Amino acid sequence: MNTRRTARGLSLHAVVWLIAAFVVVPLIYAVISGFKSTGELTTNPFGLPEQWKIGNYTGILGDGMFWRQIANSAGIAIGTTVCAVAASAMAAFVLARYAFRGRELFYTLFTIGLMFPFAVAVLPLFLMLRTFGLLDNPLGVILPQAAFGLPMTIVILRGFFRTIPAEIEEAATMDGCGKLRFFWKILLPMARPALGTVSVLSVVASWNNFFLPLLVFNDPKWQTIPVGVQQFQGQYSTDFALVLAYIVLAMVPALAFYAVAERQLIGGLTAGATKG
Amino acid sequence: MPSLLSTLTKERTEEAVPTPPPRPARARLRGWGHWASVAWFLVPALVLFLVFVLAPIVVAVFTGFFKWGGIGPMDDFVGFANYTRLFDDQVFLGDLGRGLYLIVLSITVQLPFALLTAVLLNQKLRGRAVYRMLFFAPYILSEVVTAVLFTMIFLPGAGMADHLAGLLGLEGLRGKWLADPSTVMPTLFVVMIWKYFGFHMMLFLAGLQSIPTEILEAASIDGAGAWQRFRHVTLPLLGPTIRISVFLSIIGSIQLFDLVWVMTAGGPNHSSETMAIAMFQFGFKRYQVGYASAISVVLFMISLVFSLFYQRYVLRRDLSGAVTSGGAR
Repeated sequence: MNTRRTARGLSLHAVVWLIAAFVVVPLIYAVISGFKSTGELTTNPFGLPEQWKIGNYTGILGDGMFWRQIANSAGIAIGTTVCAVAASAMAAFVLARYAFRGRELFYTLFTIGLMFPFAVAVLPLFLMLRTFGLLDNPLGVILPQAAFGLPMTIVILRGFFRTIPAEIEEAATMDGCGKLRFFWKILLPMARPALGTVSVLSVVASWNNFFLPLLVFNDPKWQTIPVGVQQFQGQYSTDFALVLAYIVLAMVPALAFYAVAERQLIGGLTAGATKG
Repeated sequence: MPSLLSTLTKERTEEAVPTPPPRPARARLRGWGHWASVAWFLVPALVLFLVFVLAPIVVAVFTGFFKWGGIGPMDDFVGFANYTRLFDDQVFLGDLGRGLYLIVLSITVQLPFALLTAVLLNQKLRGRAVYRMLFFAPYILSEVVTAVLFTMIFLPGAGMADHLAGLLGLEGLRGKWLADPSTVMPTLFVVMIWKYFGFHMMLFLAGLQSIPTEILEAASIDGAGAWQRFRHVTLPLLGPTIRISVFLSIIGSIQLFDLVWVMTAGGPNHSSETMAIAMFQFGFKRYQVGYASAISVVLFMISLVFSLFYQRYVLRRDLSGAVTSGGAR
């Protein structure tokens, strides 16, 4: 019995280790290869570098373009999140707590957006942005991204706003608090956890978006990190070690954000998926 | 509501006294105020949504009826010609087939793999929180970073995969991977598993944790073995989660773009092309915007019909029950 249990535990660990290797080996390969020269990558693919070369990494970090892309991605992520969460919170507020004709119709309209693949809209969106003069303008990425983030954000926030008891609103109204002040001073502070979750989701979605920035930004000064990574690969396609160093550095902000906001991210993604 | 309540009671006490009617006017004012504040809160989201989510679909449908290069006046109306051309195009039919291929593999390989991982990590296992965090990590990396990473790994000659194939005696695979039509789709699928299985694992873990332990204990008291407990208790109770997971994999496979575009751009010779890639190629590289719009519309119709069908017939029984309340926490 005891040996059987140990054997079972061991095989369990072996399987988990195997899966872990599948996930981690590509990442470690990239980190270590970044310290090699491209020549060494071919002759010594798996071993540690004979000589740890930090030039690839420091070279990229010393280049203004990399930081420029990080700043663009961050600015666009913040802009998208502010727009999406502000508009969604307001809409979710009336959809959750006001009785008016057509309320469910509006709600259904927004939830239809959940089944819209972004890829469907990207070509007409490009034509529209060109007409509006929003190409090579951060708003041309921020506004559509915020719009596509609305359905999920509204669904999550509306669900949360509904859980706040009506007595609180009644008490506030008795004390002479108007709808607007109730929303701003009471509801939003109480909904901080839900707002945190949707903000985190929005930041990650924006940070990783590639399709739209690729089309909207022709001017390198606006390029975001995903577009930059792709351009860099095209430009230095023969210097493999350098390209790997670049993607390792591009991963760092996302992974750091994940480490900090893990709970909101996983909770929000699983809750959002099961609700959508 | 207290204000409404007090007006009502007040009115009842004054019922006998014939007063000039200030009430209708007040009610209308209140109604207007009500509508104004609803509108004021709803308008920003509604405008954003109409302009950037719904309007593009209308534009795509409209543009799809024209032969248009993307610049200049759109005046060459061709009716359904773009659509008939689309369904005569062997490459596009191949795109549909490849979408189906990825869907089938996702459901038969990726989801069972994710479920296995979730079941393993649901056991008492040292460091399982670390494993969980680790397995989910690829999901939050951007598609482009993932794609470039695996482009490097599968690079003919210098990449890690070629060296690995050499070590394992799989000489036949060397230099192929993403570069050969016969291996490009399976290779792509491996990258998809790497990137997305952690997400499905998280869904399954949440589902597993919502199964009451009493039920499993009762089953084991009744003499059910580990496999029987899994097959007849866990799996049926995971039904709603599995159905959601299948739905998300299918929608994801239908619209796959970033990973493929960066790794192969649909090549070699269209052998990894997806619908979204075809749309991008025609719309932005070959300047056949009308034709590309028709592809967008087909992509949209496929997702819409599938979503409606799935929600109507597959998710229907879940919507009022386990999934929604479970998701709402």
